[in-house]
Amino acid sequence: MTSELIIAIIVTVVGASTPILIAALGELVVEKSGVLNLGVEGMMLVGAITAFVVLFTTGNHYLAILCAAGAGVATSLIFGFLTLSLSANQTATGLALTIFGTGFSALAGQGYSARPVTLMGPLFPADLAAHPIWRVLFGYSALVYFSFAMVIGVWWFLKKTRAGLILRAVGENDLSAHSIGYSVVGVRYAAVAFGGAMAGIAGACFPLLLTPQWAERMTAGRGWIAVALVVFASWRPFRLLAGAYLFGLVMTMELYAKASGGPLSVIPAELWAAMPYLATVVVLVLISLRRDASSNAPACLGRPFLPTN
Amino acid sequence: MPNRLELSGITKQFPGVLANDHVSFAVKPGEIHALLGENGAGKSTLVKMIYGIMQPDAGEIRWNGEPVVVPNPKAARKLGIGMVFQHFSLFEALTVLENIALGMDAKIPSRELEARIREVMTAYGLLLDPHRTVATLSVGERQRIEIVRALLLNPQLLIMDEPTSVLTPQEVEQLFTVLRKLAAEGCSILYISHKLHEIKALCDTATILRGGKLVDTCDPKLETSRSMAEKMIGTGLKDIVKAEGRGFGPPKLLVNRLSTSRTGHFDVPVDDVSFTVRTGEIFGIAGVAGNGQNALLDALSGEIRSEDRDAITIDGKGIGMMGTTERRRHGLCAVPEERNGHAAVGDFTLSDNSVLTARDRLGMVVMGLINSGAAKTYTGKVIADFAVKALGPASTAGSLSGGNLQKYIMGREILQKPSVLVVSQPTWGVDAGAAAAIHQALVDLAAAGSAIVVISQDLDELRTLSDTLAVINMGRLSPARPVRDFSVDEIGLLMGGVHGTVEAA
Repeated sequence: MTSELIIAIIVTVVGASTPILIAALGELVVEKSGVLNLGVEGMMLVGAITAFVVLFTTGNHYLAILCAAGAGVATSLIFGFLTLSLSANQTATGLALTIFGTGFSALAGQGYSARPVTLMGPLFPADLAAHPIWRVLFGYSALVYFSFAMVIGVWWFLKKTRAGLILRAVGENDLSAHSIGYSVVGVRYAAVAFGGAMAGIAGACFPLLLTPQWAERMTAGRGWIAVALVVFASWRPFRLLAGAYLFGLVMTMELYAKASGGPLSVIPAELWAAMPYLATVVVLVLISLRRDASSNAPACLGRPFLPTN
Repeated sequence: MPNRLELSGITKQFPGVLANDHVSFAVKPGEIHALLGENGAGKSTLVKMIYGIMQPDAGEIRWNGEPVVVPNPKAARKLGIGMVFQHFSLFEALTVLENIALGMDAKIPSRELEARIREVMTAYGLLLDPHRTVATLSVGERQRIEIVRALLLNPQLLIMDEPTSVLTPQEVEQLFTVLRKLAAEGCSILYISHKLHEIKALCDTATILRGGKLVDTCDPKLETSRSMAEKMIGTGLKDIVKAEGRGFGPPKLLVNRLSTSRTGHFDVPVDDVSFTVRTGEIFGIAGVAGNGQNALLDALSGEIRSEDRDAITIDGKGIGMMGTTERRRHGLCAVPEERNGHAAVGDFTLSDNSVLTARDRLGMVVMGLINSGAAKTYTGKVIADFAVKALGPASTAGSLSGGNLQKYIMGREILQKPSVLVVSQPTWGVDAGAAAAIHQALVDLAAAGSAIVVISQDLDELRTLSDTLAVINMGRLSPARPVRDFSVDEIGLLMGGVHGTVEAA
C-alpha cells in the first residue's frame, strides 16, 4: 500500500465521519439535559436540503451551513414545543420528527435532483496542503475543523463551565434543579435547539462534503448511528470521536476493498454494507460493558418534566 | 428588636382543601421554633410560602419588621432564608462541590467556593470531602451537604423540614449541636417535625397546626409529649393494648443463613442473616435506610428467591426456593416499603389490587376467572375495618392519599390472616391516629397466633410494637434480644455499625 493510498483513505475516513460526529455531539448535549430526541435523522435531512438549496441558489458555502443550522433549530423547536411545553412523549415525538423531516426534505427537494453544486474547498490555502503529509493535517474543509473544535468545546462546556453544570444537573434530577430555582424547560429548550443546529450542520455535510447533489434520504441512516453512538460512548465526547471515526474507517475500508479486488472483495457486498454498523456497535458495546459506564447516563433521560406544584 | 419572621393571616387554598387557614405566628431572632402537626396539617405548604416556592392567597409575611413578598426561592435566599428539605434536592452523579455550586446564586470560582465550604465545615464540625460523588454518601452525609449549602449564604432563618426522619440517634445529636450553635449566633431556626421528644429537647417555642389552622403556640419544655400529640390530633390518644405477660408459642418463621446477591448499583444485599420468630411474636428490625432492608424484604416475600430451600422455613417447611405466590399459599404475606407501584398498582381499582395479593388465600379466582363479587366484598371490609378514606372498592389506588393507601394495604394483608406477616415501614407517612390503629391491628394479629416481622426506621414505633429487636447494618443483622433489654444509645450504635463509629470519631 502506498503512502498516497493511505493518505487518500484517511481523507475519506474524515469525510465520512464528520457528519456523524457533529450530529452525535449535538445529541449528546440534548441527552445530557435529560431529553431524548430521536429526530436527529429528520433534522439532518432538513439541514441537508436547506444547505443544498441555498448553495444552489447563492453559491455561498458558509451561508448554506448557516441556513442549515437555522433550519435544524427550527425543526428541533417543533420537537421542543411538543415535548417540553406540551409534555408529549419524547420517543414518539422524535420518531414523528424523523418521518416529518424525511417527507419534508423530499418534498422541498423536488426538482433539485441531478443538479450539481460544487463541494466545499479546503479551509487552508492550497500551498499549505501541497505535500501529502501536510494534506492530512490541512487539507480539509472548515466543517471538519469545526467538528474537532466542537468535541473539545462540548467537553469543556459540560465539564468546566457553570452553564454546563446546570445542564447536567437538569438532566440528572429535574425536580431538584427546579426546586433550587433553575428553569428546567428553558435549559432543555436551549439544549434541544443546540442539538437541532448541530444536526442541521451535520446534514449540510452531505451536499457540501460528500456528494455535490441532492438525493432523497441522502443521510442514509447516519442520524440513527449518531443517536446510538451517544449511548454506546457513555455520553463522553472523546469516546464519541473514537466511535464516529471507527464507523468512518470501516465504511471506507469497504470502498477500498471492493476497488482493490484483493482477497477482501470475496466478502459479500451486503456484509460489507452492514460492517460499519456492526463494528461500531460491537466495539462500543464492549466499552460500555465496563462498570462505570451506566453511571454516566443522565438519570432523567426521556422523562417528561412534570413539576408537582 | 423586631421579630425575625412574622406571619399574619396566611391563607392558601388548594382545589378541595384549605391548606392554610389564617395562620399567624412570629419567630424571634436566635429562636428555635418548632412547627408541629400531622401529615396534611399544612406545615409543608406554609414553609413553601415562606421560601417562595408557593404564594399565599391572602395574608402578610413580615421579615425583620418589613412586609415582604417572596416571589421565588432565589428571593428568599437573598433575604437570608435558607431551607433544608426533607427529600434532598441533590444530584447523585455530581460531586459535593458541584452540588453546592448549583445551589449558589452568586457565581463563585470553584476554588474560592471550595475554600469557603471547608471553612463552614470546620466551623460547624460538618466533615465531608468536597470531591466525593453524592451517590457514595450516606443519608446523614447528604444532609450535611444541604446544611452546608444553606449555611454558605449566612442565613438569618434556617428552615429544616423533618430533618431527622432518616438519621441515627447519634447523627441526630450531632445535628442538634450544629443547630444550637447556629441559634446562639443569632440565626433563627424553623424546625418542622412530628417527633415530639426531639422538639422537647431542642426547641424554644412550638406552633401546632391541625387541618390548616393554628391550634396552639406553646413552650415544649413545659408540655409533655402526650399533651402535644393530643393537640396535634385534636383528640385523646389511644394506647396500644398489649396483653401483659403473654407467652410465645413454638418457632414459626425460621430464617437460616439467608444471603442475597447485589442487584442494583447502590442496593445493599442481605449477608448471612439468621433469626427466629415464634408464634405470637412481633420481631422488629431497626436500621438506617439503605442498609439492606429492601433486599431482606424481597428475600422474605419471595421476590428474590434463595438457592437454599431451607434458608426460610415456616412451621418446618422449607419455602426458600418458592416465589411470592407460593409463599402466600403457605401463609407468608408481605408489605413492601414503596406502596405505590410495588405494594399496589396505582391505576388499578382497590378491588383489583385485592385480587393481586389475596386471590389464592381467599378464593377470588376460580378456574382462571376472577370472582369480582368476592373481591369487592373483601375490599369493602378492608375499607370499613381500617377506616380507609376512599369512595369505595372501585376507586383507584392512585387516587388515595399516601396514608390511606397504607391503611388499605396493611388491611388487605392483615385480614388475610397470614401465619407470617412481613411489613416494611407500616406507618410511614400515616398520621398518629391511623398509626395507632395499624399498630393495634398488628398486635391483635400476633395475639391471634401469627408471627410478624416489622422492618422500620422509626425507633419509637419499634420500641412500642416489637417484642424482640435486631438491628440491620450493611446487610448484616445483629443478634436479636427482647426489646426492653436495649437502650436507645445501644440501638443507635448498632444502627451506625462500624461505619458510624468511625465517622463519629
